[in-house]
Amino acid sequence: MSLARAESRRLFKRRFTKLIVIGALLVLAATVAGTWFSNEKVGATQVASAKAQADRDYQEAVRQSEQEMAKCQAAPPTTDGVPCSEQVWVPTPDQYDYTWYMPATFDLRSEFPNMISVLAVVLAGAAFLIGASFVGSEWSSGGMMNLLLWRPQRVRVLSTKLTVFLSWLTGLTLLLLAAWAGIFQLVAEVRGSTEKMTAGVWQSFGLTGLRALALVLVAGALGFALASLGRHTGMALGALVGLGALQIGVYVMANLAEFKFTEAWVLPVWGYAWLDKELVLEDFRSCDYSATAGCELDKFTMTWQTAGIGMAIVVALVVGAAMWTMRKRDIT
Amino acid sequence: MTAVLEISGLRKTYRGRKGVRNALDGFDMVVEAGQVHGFLGPNGSGKTTTLRTLLGLIKPNDGRMAILGREVPRHLPEVAREVGAIVESPQFFGNFTAETTLSLLADAGGVNRNRVVSVLDLVGLRDRAKERVKTYSLGMKQRLAVASALLKEPKLLILDEPANGLDPGGIREMRTLMRDLSDSGMTVLLSSHILGEIQLICDSVTIISAGKRVTSGSVSEVLAQHTSGAVKVRLEPGVDLMGAAQLLRAAGAQVALEKDYFTVGNASNPAQITKLLADQQIYVSELTPVSADLEDVFLELTGTAPVEGQNRQVDQSAMTAGKGGWGQ
Repeated sequence: MSLARAESRRLFKRRFTKLIVIGALLVLAATVAGTWFSNEKVGATQVASAKAQADRDYQEAVRQSEQEMAKCQAAPPTTDGVPCSEQVWVPTPDQYDYTWYMPATFDLRSEFPNMISVLAVVLAGAAFLIGASFVGSEWSSGGMMNLLLWRPQRVRVLSTKLTVFLSWLTGLTLLLLAAWAGIFQLVAEVRGSTEKMTAGVWQSFGLTGLRALALVLVAGALGFALASLGRHTGMALGALVGLGALQIGVYVMANLAEFKFTEAWVLPVWGYAWLDKELVLEDFRSCDYSATAGCELDKFTMTWQTAGIGMAIVVALVVGAAMWTMRKRDIT
Repeated sequence: MTAVLEISGLRKTYRGRKGVRNALDGFDMVVEAGQVHGFLGPNGSGKTTTLRTLLGLIKPNDGRMAILGREVPRHLPEVAREVGAIVESPQFFGNFTAETTLSLLADAGGVNRNRVVSVLDLVGLRDRAKERVKTYSLGMKQRLAVASALLKEPKLLILDEPANGLDPGGIREMRTLMRDLSDSGMTVLLSSHILGEIQLICDSVTIISAGKRVTSGSVSEVLAQHTSGAVKVRLEPGVDLMGAAQLLRAAGAQVALEKDYFTVGNASNPAQITKLLADQQIYVSELTPVSADLEDVFLELTGTAPVEGQNRQVDQSAMTAGKGGWGQ
């Protein structure tokens, strides 16, 4: 218990933790501000204004069309014999739907899931960096060796650090998720709409939020474990860059080899499927040389369960390797 | 006396691209309770490997270790509370203050945080306690490392090169601190290259070379065991010093002439000197053994004395040369 208390204090006292959390909060604040200023509440005034604008544009289009028609009819007949009624476009009122002229408005029901994804991605990035630095700087500064002189239980020390970090991360993410929901509820009420918000919709948001939390924890655990494996913060960042390069290579090679659903080899796609419940991948090559006109593309649906199993295996392997090396490798 | 620390047959092998290297090759050491024990050895001889192995940072290939009568590393978690240690250069997270660093260690080890102020005061860092460690000099970091080791009020204090980076005043303070701690009943294991300090502070020593113990015992015993065997011979005034020296040389003695005396380097039986000279009516007025200091013993035992025209490499050391000499 004393070790957990010490590690909690250490995590909160670290300047890097504070900086990254503040940075993440600023990005989230910018997202809220952007949403706030780019949306507005729609009422009778906005509808009337949109209808008036649509009508004005329609009248202008009619005027231009009539001018073109007059020009066409005044001109000598063309050799191809196409009549003016076919040469000149004549607008119709339905082509000027007033809803296209409505200002952007924030619909909580349809747009909040995207906002949860934004929160998840920002927090996952922050979690990776904080996790990597939390253990990486301990290794590179010699702090880990000092700690092990006091608590010579390697696996317990590392797992306590990880548990403390993930617990803190869970608390922070849940807190921010709650605040996020409250903030966007407010944005929707003032600058948008909260129509069709039922208990079922909130439940669905809750489940998406839990998947977001899991994604943040996965990123944090991976950053922590990679830095511990390399005994340096830079190891986690290097692994991330290496993984990015590898992913591009794998994607290109898979395409060259004409594998189906090459996007499935790219890890961020798993994250997308995880947050969005499912992702449908299509194989555009499946209709090449197809003799039938209505060829249906081959499809692969990556569900959140598939993506979750994939991420769980990756986390288990990397964290397991970190624990194993902690137990086996000499500390020099 | 009870042994606070026992090591026997400790082996540690490193495998690299250049083959296998034995960092520790059946090393033995015993440290008795209440002593300040010096742990000496040339660079790369295995001192730090021994300390790291003892403290559970390195896994040995073979051997037995016990601290306060309990086998380690198996019982290390239980005895760690009784052992304060610094290994090699002091290493701390630079962005924390000394106070934070120690209070975090106190929390991790279940030690009362109130001790932090008193140990910082003890090592002379009280007024700089709220400054970041990265602003500290090497000597100040060394003091902080000692403070961290003392935080637990350990029964066994293991210090690896604690005088590194300390100014002369700091070295003297450290010496006094070691003695005070020892007087209070704490056992101190002190690894150092400053042999004069070791000779001043320590009750006993162990010397390691090439991963093996080459000697151990109380400082006086070790010095006595490894005196050069040389004796200083002074004759009655007016006696022909050169003639006497030639007489001894003819009998096989290694004689070095000084202004008013000479030394016989391989005098394992000094009685032979008096007998040979007395036979020629030359009488000795002073015959005293030439005493060695710890540095001489260290250089002799580890074979690391500089040789003119040679650049000794780190792993080059010779085990003790055969003893014995003229007169036996």
